[in-house]
Amino acid sequence: MWQYVLKRLLLMIPTVLGAAFVIFFLLRALPGDVCELKLGGEGAYYDAEQIEICRNNLGLNEPLLVQFGTFVAGLATFDLGESMWTGRPVAEEMAKRFELSLQVAIMATLVSIVIAIPLGTLSAVYQNTWIDYVVRTVSIAGIAVPSFWLGILIILALLSVSEMLTGSRWSPPLDYVPLWQDPAYNLSMLIWPALATGYRYSAVATRMTRSSLLEVLREDYVRTARAKGVVEKIIVNRHALRNAMLPVVTVIGIEFAFLMGGLVVTEQVFNLNGLGRLLVDSVTFNDYTMTQGIVMTIVLVFVMTNFAIDLLYAWLDPRIRYS
Amino acid sequence: MRTTYMKTILGLAAAAVAGSALAGGHATPKMGGTLDFVVGSKIPSYDAHVETTFGMIHPIAPFYSLLIRVNPNEPSSSDFECDACESFEVSDDGLTYTYKIRQGMTFHDGKPLDANDVHATYEKIMFPPEGIASSRKAFYAMVDSHRVVDSHTYEMKLKFPSGAYLPAMASPFNFIYADEDLAEHGLNWHQRNINGSGPFKFTEHQPGAFVTGVRNDNYHLEGRPYLDGFKSIVATNLASRVQAIEGDRAAIEFRGFPPKQRDALVNALGDKIVVQESDWNCVLLVTPNHKSPPFDDARVRRALSLAVDRWGGSKYLSQIAIVKTVGGVAFPGHPLAASEEELVELAGYGKDIEANRAEALRLLEEAGFDFSKTYRFNNRGVDQPYKVVGTWLIDQWRRIGVKFDQQVNPSPVFYDILRKQYAFDISIDFNCQSVINPIADVSKFLPSAGNNYTQGEDAEIEAAYAALERAGTIEEQRELMREYERLVLSEKASQFITLWWYKINPHRDYVKGWKIAPSHYLGQQLDHIWIDRGDG
Repeated sequence: MWQYVLKRLLLMIPTVLGAAFVIFFLLRALPGDVCELKLGGEGAYYDAEQIEICRNNLGLNEPLLVQFGTFVAGLATFDLGESMWTGRPVAEEMAKRFELSLQVAIMATLVSIVIAIPLGTLSAVYQNTWIDYVVRTVSIAGIAVPSFWLGILIILALLSVSEMLTGSRWSPPLDYVPLWQDPAYNLSMLIWPALATGYRYSAVATRMTRSSLLEVLREDYVRTARAKGVVEKIIVNRHALRNAMLPVVTVIGIEFAFLMGGLVVTEQVFNLNGLGRLLVDSVTFNDYTMTQGIVMTIVLVFVMTNFAIDLLYAWLDPRIRYS
Repeated sequence: MRTTYMKTILGLAAAAVAGSALAGGHATPKMGGTLDFVVGSKIPSYDAHVETTFGMIHPIAPFYSLLIRVNPNEPSSSDFECDACESFEVSDDGLTYTYKIRQGMTFHDGKPLDANDVHATYEKIMFPPEGIASSRKAFYAMVDSHRVVDSHTYEMKLKFPSGAYLPAMASPFNFIYADEDLAEHGLNWHQRNINGSGPFKFTEHQPGAFVTGVRNDNYHLEGRPYLDGFKSIVATNLASRVQAIEGDRAAIEFRGFPPKQRDALVNALGDKIVVQESDWNCVLLVTPNHKSPPFDDARVRRALSLAVDRWGGSKYLSQIAIVKTVGGVAFPGHPLAASEEELVELAGYGKDIEANRAEALRLLEEAGFDFSKTYRFNNRGVDQPYKVVGTWLIDQWRRIGVKFDQQVNPSPVFYDILRKQYAFDISIDFNCQSVINPIADVSKFLPSAGNNYTQGEDAEIEAAYAALERAGTIEEQRELMREYERLVLSEKASQFITLWWYKINPHRDYVKGWKIAPSHYLGQQLDHIWIDRGDG
């Protein structure tokens, strides 16, 4: 097993380097200049001499290969450089957002699991009954409704309902406070995006749970268990569900990695200062170092999540062996 | 010497505030409370001498003093008042300005503030060493030298008298830094550190999220600030900013909302919301590429300007976009701006649009314009007001048979096309300034200006501006401004103006003392604002 783990870890190196190459050169192929945006982005007086000073200070006048070398050397030492927009270390800027994004991702995943597994199971067990139809309708609606739109509806509902109940309008807080400092304030801010994204995310997982469980319930060993007189509840919960979880875990893992940096629009809707918004801002501002840093982090999260999922497979299904 | 009594030589401009209500005009200020406000942009660095965005000014200006500033109680006028100075005087020849610095002022770290700090600050702004950025260095071309006379007297000598000098000095970006900080830590230290002498002391900045400050009890204006503190919250999405005010998570947004969002807030909150409105020192321009035929021909450019119905556009576009006022090159309402009688004499400002368009067609035919072609129109991918005005322009030009393909680009691409590639026939451009300083602001229309992207050359326009820049009296400035305007907008039509922006600031009714300014960069030190919830 350890040999397998080492091989998988070594394979990550070319993946990460390839991603670094692609992101570095793609960014520079796009038109635009962070200094132009900083010094002339709001229509004020524009001084070409100042733009040159800015470009020199940011190293943008260096040859591309030198810039790439600096970037890769930084990656090797976990130094992502400084943001071209704020001048602060990229790692520091990301760290401030990571906590929030991680919490939303975990909460959305929990919401999703809490919804998806019971509903998917019910839907499979009561296949082609009204319960199945209701669950399928709810899950199709979840896939069809974009989470940012659901987010907007949630905010509008909060404003209206709070006015009806209390006479004044209430909207979620705009500034993040860590969970351990003020749990009520924290949850009053983050529960809504977690619900909006968790619902969509649960829709996919519900459908995956249903189809996977249906497949397992038709397996010979389930038929054998039934023939032996094992109670249906035990068959589903103990024998079928665990084996049906493999594809579900894969979906949840991939979606979790996506949530870490992919909640771009939802973060805008709920004004969350997370990694997704930071990524959008950095692209908008032509902040190369920040964009590179975030993309490389997301690449690492994906690679590591896939790695963890592979390890989890063996725990869920002892027939799987590492080779 | 002629004492100015803290007023500018321009000392003019009737308030352009057309607010439906003014917050706390004559009410008694109350002490206490924290003001939460939202900002639609983020802080690049803390150094105002380098930065140009309101995303920095709104949260950081409360920590700093300026030498002089636009009077926050008369922000629509050109009334400049002392901030770190007690008074200032100008010599009879208009060449020497002497500033008496307040005694007893201190920076937040306890260091005393005196003329040396003012000198070090302006040295960094006006004469930065090589490699050190100073975004508005060019504003001080008229300054010859400056010196510390004694620890409480600072003097500036000009090369020539200039009406652009005092507005440049009152720029909200001219934060006063401590000489010692600059000498000890270097000229870039303030990009990441804050040590001001303003009404509030810095407490916390969570990048991308918020900035907080608390009252500076040693502030030099007695009894101020009224607030205990403030929290500036970043909300880059317009809907979030509106919801923040609606849900009372923030009391105000200082930049401005479009009409639709104003109406939504008024409908939702009724008398809990106050709306202030003003002309805005920002204008959307049309920049033709003079190197792209047929736009190298002044007749073609003039025809395009003639086809635009500004008076009609003002009426209808102002209901959906942040534009409203019909104006010439100078900020509408300013004494140097054209009156309506003067405006209608310019190409495209006549009120008979059918006659204008008939003249436009005549000019195009005379110039041999190819109506079968579709031309490139570069626009910025921002709704307010770029896309709205761009779409309106396309329709205006369609009415004389001129077809444009509107290429709406994200900001970095838009700037690249406008400023580097010049891959456009016509482009939207804009001019957005802080202190109303028409003589400096209209330099945008100079073909030789660094921020003019027409690629044109015109000695007549250059000469007209050179004369305007050195004009001593307001009458002379006004006359020369008309000539400059006529050349730029009518005769050469080297660029032309669509509509001036219109600033709309709805805010919670408990925010008092804040008066809307014609710029979203002004009046942001917050020392004059208080909160009164009417609960005694």
